Amino acid sequence: MAPQNLATQLTALVVDDDIINRKIHQRLLESVGVQNQGVKNGKEAVDIHCRGQRFDLILMDMDMPIMNGIEATKELRSMGIRSMIVGVSSRCTEAEILKFMEAGLNDYHEKPLNTAKLSSILDNINPNFTSD
Amino acid sequence: MEIHVFMGLLTLGPIVWKVLGKDILSFAFTVGFLDDQFNQLQKLQDESSPYFVMEVVTMFFGDSEKLLNSIALALEQKPVDFKSVDSHVHQFKGSSASVGAARVKDVCTNFRNICEAQDLEGCMRCLQQLQQEYFLLKNNLQYSFRLQQEIQAAGGSISSME
Repeated sequence: MAPQNLATQLTALVVDDDIINRKIHQRLLESVGVQNQGVKNGKEAVDIHCRGQRFDLILMDMDMPIMNGIEATKELRSMGIRSMIVGVSSRCTEAEILKFMEAGLNDYHEKPLNTAKLSSILDNINPNFTSD
Repeated sequence: MEIHVFMGLLTLGPIVWKVLGKDILSFAFTVGFLDDQFNQLQKLQDESSPYFVMEVVTMFFGDSEKLLNSIALALEQKPVDFKSVDSHVHQFKGSSASVGAARVKDVCTNFRNICEAQDLEGCMRCLQQLQQEYFLLKNNLQYSFRLQQEIQAAGGSISSME
């Protein structure tokens, strides 16, 4: 997947309290040309939207202090945010995933993300993203 | 058996590794210390982010040692708060999965099951195993980084992992 010089470049927000995961996911996005920012909990994700910023993609961790991924997703949806929100977590029981999806996710992937998972996510936002 | 062979080889030092033509990282993959996620991290390293793997792994080392201390402290409490132990182990499992530390991750999975059973002796054994696996991996990776730096300093290049 080569970086794209798109006139309409995709933007992403990585929401994760773990600094290692944030670094990896941000570098993954950067490697495919997606401009991105990182925040460390759900409240910061909500606040950044309250300040008027918008993103094509939000990668949302589930377990975070102050405001977790489920609460943040519900809050963003109630604010009218229509961005693609993808849950990314190491939780894997069906019940936990279902609860997260019901909060308003478009998709869910188990951590860690890799280039293949990211490709499928970006293709859902822009089907031309990974095509030649 | 493979762990003892590996520990013996580690004591020979990086120069002998060069002479033997061994790649420490290849060995780490072969014996399951590392999985494909580590390959994914290596693919993210390029001229724009030339120290990416080392930066991530260094963060992992810092995080891991804090978590190991937290787990040890939690297991010393009377009574033991198994939820707190589980929370630290869950975090350790997550970060080890993120860097491709496969054996550390597997020990964490087992540790969480033992925690759920509230088996204190089992938890102490798991902690010991976790410390052993973590420090083996740390030594492995630190040797590998040092060897790579020596090769690059000598004007060589690092072959990519298959």
